[in-house]
Amino acid sequence: MPDVALNLTKQAAEQNVPILKAENLHTWFEIRKMGFFKAGDVRSLDGVSFELYQGETVSIVGESGCGKSTLAKTILGLNHITKGKLYFEGKDMSQFTKEDLKKYRANVGYIQQDPYGALPPFMTVKKILDEPMLINGIKDKEERNKRIREVLEEVKLSPVEDFLPKFPHMLSGGQQQRLVIARAMILKPKMLIADEPVSMLDASVRVEILQLLRGLQKKHNLAIIYITHDLSTVRYFSERIFTMYGAKIIEKSSTVSLLEKPLHPYTDALFKATSDPDAENLKKYKEVPTGEPPSLMNPPKGCRFHPRCAKMIVGKCDQVEPPEFAVSDDHCVACWLYEKK
Amino acid sequence: MKAIANFFRQIKHYPSAVAGLIIIAFMVILAIYAVIAIPYSEAVRLWRGGEDVWKETPRNARPAWFNLFYKEKQSVTQIMRSTENPEVKTVVDLGNGVKTNDFVFEFDYPYDGFPTELAIFFTSTFKSARPNASVKWITPDGREIPMQDLTLRPSETYNISQDTRLTRRLGGATPHVGLFADPNNPNKVLKGTYKLVIEGLVFEEDANIEATFVVYGKLYGFAGTDHRRRDIGVALLWGAPVALSIGLVVAVGSSLATMVLAALAVWYGGWIDWIIRRINEVVMILPLLPILIMIGLFYSRNIWVIMGTTALLGIFGSGILSYRSMFLQVKTSGYIDAARAYGASNMRIIFKYLIPKVIPVLIPGFVTQIPSYVFLEATLAVLGLGDPSLPTWGKLLNDAYSRGALFNGQYYWVIEPAVLLILTGLGFAMVGFALDRIFNPRLRGL
Amino acid sequence: MGKILLEVNNLKLYFKTTKGPVQAVDNVSFTLEAGKTLAVVGESGCGKTSLTKAILRLLPRNVLEYSGEIKLNGVDLMKYSDEQYRKEIRWKKISMVPQAAMNSMNPVLKIVDQIVEPLLIHDRKMSKDEAVEKVKEVFSIVGLPLDFLQRYPFELSGGMRQRATIAMALVTNPELVVLDEPSSALDLLTQANLMNVLKRIKNEFGTTFILITHDIGTASELADEIAVMYAGEMVEKCHAEYFYNNARHPYSRKLMNSVPTLREDKELVFIPGHPPSLINPPKGCRFADRCDQCFAKCSEHPNVITLEHDQKVQCWLYADKMEVKQRA
Repeated sequence: MPDVALNLTKQAAEQNVPILKAENLHTWFEIRKMGFFKAGDVRSLDGVSFELYQGETVSIVGESGCGKSTLAKTILGLNHITKGKLYFEGKDMSQFTKEDLKKYRANVGYIQQDPYGALPPFMTVKKILDEPMLINGIKDKEERNKRIREVLEEVKLSPVEDFLPKFPHMLSGGQQQRLVIARAMILKPKMLIADEPVSMLDASVRVEILQLLRGLQKKHNLAIIYITHDLSTVRYFSERIFTMYGAKIIEKSSTVSLLEKPLHPYTDALFKATSDPDAENLKKYKEVPTGEPPSLMNPPKGCRFHPRCAKMIVGKCDQVEPPEFAVSDDHCVACWLYEKK
Repeated sequence: MKAIANFFRQIKHYPSAVAGLIIIAFMVILAIYAVIAIPYSEAVRLWRGGEDVWKETPRNARPAWFNLFYKEKQSVTQIMRSTENPEVKTVVDLGNGVKTNDFVFEFDYPYDGFPTELAIFFTSTFKSARPNASVKWITPDGREIPMQDLTLRPSETYNISQDTRLTRRLGGATPHVGLFADPNNPNKVLKGTYKLVIEGLVFEEDANIEATFVVYGKLYGFAGTDHRRRDIGVALLWGAPVALSIGLVVAVGSSLATMVLAALAVWYGGWIDWIIRRINEVVMILPLLPILIMIGLFYSRNIWVIMGTTALLGIFGSGILSYRSMFLQVKTSGYIDAARAYGASNMRIIFKYLIPKVIPVLIPGFVTQIPSYVFLEATLAVLGLGDPSLPTWGKLLNDAYSRGALFNGQYYWVIEPAVLLILTGLGFAMVGFALDRIFNPRLRGL
Repeated sequence: MGKILLEVNNLKLYFKTTKGPVQAVDNVSFTLEAGKTLAVVGESGCGKTSLTKAILRLLPRNVLEYSGEIKLNGVDLMKYSDEQYRKEIRWKKISMVPQAAMNSMNPVLKIVDQIVEPLLIHDRKMSKDEAVEKVKEVFSIVGLPLDFLQRYPFELSGGMRQRATIAMALVTNPELVVLDEPSSALDLLTQANLMNVLKRIKNEFGTTFILITHDIGTASELADEIAVMYAGEMVEKCHAEYFYNNARHPYSRKLMNSVPTLREDKELVFIPGHPPSLINPPKGCRFADRCDQCFAKCSEHPNVITLEHDQKVQCWLYADKMEVKQRA
């Protein structure tokens, strides 16, 4: 599905080539019965297209099962691509040689949800940070030590000497996540993929980590994909927001525009379900769409949200999948309600 | 180094483990001592036995310390060697190349029981003229009983107990009873200091006689003797290094191999995993002991062949499945994904990321496996399939069984190796359980 | 003021560990009116889960000290023996939905068999059929279809299992339900649904809730009162509507400033440093080293200061405001 050209952020306007471009990406996982017989596919990504520009943070919002983590892993090369293409700096990744792939990996940093699980418990901080450099051929010990020092200062894990010999379990949750960020930054990547980086951290530490990421982005002009289910954080940390549902991206918008008015009924439901601390909340019940997220093996015909949508158009929403409609320069949505007449 | 210090600090919390460590330390010291004091070739030679090797020990003797439990003290074997105690020998030069070689073996006999045998072993050096020896006996109450006149060959044994002339002279009593009997009460022992006097004559300048006099008692040494007069202590001692080395080598070797195979299977998945699972399923059905019995009967009873087969079958046993499930869990860890994301190769991930996570489980695992292999070796030996040239605890049990030790009241023959086997098992098991709790914090509360 | 259901005075729960005594709940006092909800917020390690364990007397083996008063309807529960407590209070008058409860259902039993259990244990005379009827009632209260009763836990989604465990907590009609992070592991829409369920139960049946959470936004759906715990102490307790905009304790204010909001744009500030260890807490105010308003007096441990409407704050900044309640 051709992506409507969006001249949203100034980054996009300045650049001709997005750093990452996904074109109709599908990632399907086969289900086999008894090891041999194919029983179907779990269609974890079912036609995802977008562009990501240097210097911007895009938040990807959705609930569990919508495909956001699969998208992260596919971009990182941890999942195979069933259909569709992925372009890095304009180059088709399916044509990558082993060398190219290695260079790509060094250009993408991965920050995971569980900071403790992301760190090998039997390695010290120094070893954890050495590993990516050793794998990517940085043999000079001096150079590595210098880089480790730089990156630990950047994530404010100092004094550096104190932290180098420690093991992950000796660090607090916030410190562990900083270490994960340090590891993601150590090869000087152009892009960071942060999959729910703060959802397992305490509320008071979340802001710290998110601000750290934002600072790193501004300093190094990184492109960041920030995956989260916590809507309240996106206004502070991203230029654009994508909403995912049922293995597809259903809305793409600049942050400003989305917060002003979410267009897709599902995004709207997410907004309504998020509570800000407000005593008025006691008096009202929340509007929540009935039903459950769709099966990824047998998605419903037509729009995937239609079984739960209060505004569903009978005969249309349940028959044909809506394409993306550009409602404004910086806001497009895959919903028949916004079909241009 | 820090890890070891940390380990000892943690083990302090578990008294059973400390006890276990002490036992293991004891076994290790025993093993080292055994190998140094009686090197392997010597041990094999001693154990093969034969006429000469064990002639100075009695047959089926109980350990010497049994006397603590007897009201009527039994005779403890006494061996007196002129080579070790030169003061018993007097040499007088009579001129013309004739010398006397006189021996006076003076010893105490404070026991209530009679000895089982008496013998004198002569070794003489000469060119052609055979030396003479005249033996007589002096009791504590001053009776002098002449025994025998001998012409000596280079190696001569005087079996006093089988001397029929002496028997007749003693009025029908076998010499080892008659020589010690109280003349007033022939059933009782006359306690006191006895002397065995040998008057020898050599006829050449460089000729020499040495004599060893043995009073064979019912008791001998620290561990007693077996049916072939072998000191059981030798086998007890040598059993330690055999048990430890077999246990350690096989346990560690097979555990490591199992772990690596499981890691490979899990990481690469696909047909490698499939093959390993199928081999495992077949091996789990195979009965270990019957296979080892067949190999022992038809192929070789060499200890390394047997243990090698055990190890091989052990690698594909149930251990591989439990490692596999552990690795499957670790495989989904975040840090493995992260490693793949920054480009780690498959081998690197297996050996530097998967395996180190599981090693803390490996260690208590093989520590608790060590006794199983020790017992396996003992089992095979008891069944008669052990390596016949090695003195091991299992072999002792096998001999004891085939000689009906329990029926003959020779409990020590069975209990001594059994106690050592149990101690070994206990020691390793206790340490293993404590290690399990140290390395698996979730078990700590138990 | 309505009837007071729960009165906690000077509750202490200390644990023995190899590293020293952990003062998990250190002299906590509060009251709760019947039919109201108290939300207890705080960072991890502040003692909020230990507080629930103290109230329900679900104590591990290494307890060092467990003292104070817990008065339910005026009766001091601390005086009850363990067996008495088990029979009469736990799951009869007070029940609990523990953290990640949806993962703690027995996977080999049908849901109906698990939920009838509290009924059958506490009321020997009730027959299985009567119990099942009650379970069906409670299921409709939490909004689950009745045919789920015959299913196994793994057949339900996370949100549904969480509702089933809430049903289990409600089935014996307790007066007080303690919920420990009931929605933290759930998706946004499921969370909203769950809060609706709890709200309905609160409004229709007047159940009293204690809600432990780190998510002040979600807590605001249910909470009438908010209590803040820090380093084992309850440093503030106040009416919800005051709290969101005028929290008193410096820590509470910083907490509110560090929580991102969807609808209003505000500047987010994080709290540098980290909470003190519960093993050897500082002698003075435990928040002093992270507080930008600390002054000389803060090296002395602040007393609990009671303000109007039974609101409390433990901070020297308010010492001159209202009557000072001496620490017991």
